[in-house]
Amino acid sequence: MSGESYIRRPNRPLQIYAVVFLILLYVPVMFLPLFSFNDSLYVRFPLEGFTLQWYGELFQRDAVWNALWNSVRVGVVVAVFSTTLGVFAAKAITRYRMPGKGPMVTFIMLPLVVPLIIFGVALLVLLSQLGVALSLYTVAIGHMIVCLPFSIAVLIPRFEGFDASIEEASADLGENAFWTFWRVTLPMVGPGVVASLMLTFTVSFDEFILAFFLSGTEPTLPMYIWGQLRFPQQFPSILALSSIIIFVSFVLVFAGQWINRGALSGSAKGSVS
Amino acid sequence: MSDQTLQTRSAPVATQATAGRFGRLMQRSEAARGYALLAPSLIFLGVLILVPFGILLVMSFWTASGFGFDTGFTTANYQKFFERPIYTALLNRSLFISGMVTVFTVLLCYPMAYYVAFHVHRHKMLWIVLMTLPFWTSYLLRVFAWKVVLGYEGVINSALMNMGLIEAPLEFLLYSQQAVIITLAHAWAAFAILPLYVSLEKIDKSLLEAATDLGDGPVRRFFRITLPLSLPGVISASLLIFIPTTGDYITPALLGGPDGAMIGNLIQKQFGPINNWPMGAALSIILMLCIATISLVFILLTLFVRKRVS
Repeated sequence: MSGESYIRRPNRPLQIYAVVFLILLYVPVMFLPLFSFNDSLYVRFPLEGFTLQWYGELFQRDAVWNALWNSVRVGVVVAVFSTTLGVFAAKAITRYRMPGKGPMVTFIMLPLVVPLIIFGVALLVLLSQLGVALSLYTVAIGHMIVCLPFSIAVLIPRFEGFDASIEEASADLGENAFWTFWRVTLPMVGPGVVASLMLTFTVSFDEFILAFFLSGTEPTLPMYIWGQLRFPQQFPSILALSSIIIFVSFVLVFAGQWINRGALSGSAKGSVS
Repeated sequence: MSDQTLQTRSAPVATQATAGRFGRLMQRSEAARGYALLAPSLIFLGVLILVPFGILLVMSFWTASGFGFDTGFTTANYQKFFERPIYTALLNRSLFISGMVTVFTVLLCYPMAYYVAFHVHRHKMLWIVLMTLPFWTSYLLRVFAWKVVLGYEGVINSALMNMGLIEAPLEFLLYSQQAVIITLAHAWAAFAILPLYVSLEKIDKSLLEAATDLGDGPVRRFFRITLPLSLPGVISASLLIFIPTTGDYITPALLGGPDGAMIGNLIQKQFGPINNWPMGAALSIILMLCIATISLVFILLTLFVRKRVS
């Protein structure tokens, strides 16, 4: 035990560094809500006074509500589809030995790394050659490319975290594959599924690059914001809108990660031992 | 092996249900069942990645003519790329900016990941969530936030002027390469932290104790044990940042100004205002080849160095 002490000894400078790091990670983003309550058209110090005017203005605009509704529809569809595919893929990756698994997993995870602009233009070229008109459907297809790997990455630790023998026990007790999956596997990986739904929804909801290339006449919320950035007089209301989006995203992602925390600590424990 | 029991026991039930050659194959072969589960994802991504890339590659050998394309095979776009210095200059700048971003991000994130892996014992999960939370939220808005911070009348300038530290706004903050590097490093930090953390967390703590018992100080111990063992994390963090940032165009578009434009902006313009899709396709292919080559060299180099060291 005493051997642990010199490694476990608290490192004060490192601790300060970590706290400063975390603060700096959040500070730039926090200026958005700060100035969204500022009673001035300009984003600058000193703050003029508290106002809810920009939020009020926002809620009166039909374009905002339309964009919001578009984003929500795309997000829900993308979350459901990518999580459904993700559950099967994650089960296959963690449970079955099969030749060529490594390259296949690498291929599936590729969209996390390749610059999204490449996917955006490649899909745009394909769709135009096929004569498919750009719409929310094409945005959703683009988002699925990004969300599917995320979903699988979230779900894999879940499947790794629970003992396959529980599934076998269920099979031994006479359940068939479907009921085993429905009554044993799904409840066990349930938190992972919920987390995957929330995270993929957020990723789709916030995604801009693919939407930029693939959306038609109906804008998603980030596309709407991008369009408004040109007009200085819209700046404060865009700050307000951004603040709402960031707040909702933070809550969703935090809740998702928290629900799924067993998987992370479980895999961390597994890797230590 | 353990799945064998599952298969034999459940076989009668399932054969009744499916009772086909396909069903029997599913029962017999573990790999076949794995493939079947993986197939939807593989086919989906396969179709949506490989087919578009194929067409992109083909299109890069076309030329634009009017509102349509001249589909005759030609390498004109690639020749144009090497003839006009602006293209190569933009590519080089993109690689330079991404390289800087990668170095800064990994250097800044390493101590953070180290701290959480070695010094946080309670609420570890909370730290990990807090570190990665911003990554999941809108990239556009995080870039937008930096525009607010660095802007001509933005947070930093107006705060400094208010305090009387400067007379006029600092102009180099916005619309510069520095602005792009700062913003990208901030935006991708979470992507670097996770692989670094995982590789540090995996290190067997008894190795560190052994090194200390054998007389190594903290510094020597770090360079002889911790750093080499966490090298895989450093490599993957570097690639995870370098590759996506080279193609970025939002940050340079919002914060880069003329000096900070990157190859991504050029590609976007080919598909937008310039409306020369074949050239845009060629630029995308060149960018991908470039990234692939650099990543490969980087991986081989680190493997070589690691072999020499050990």
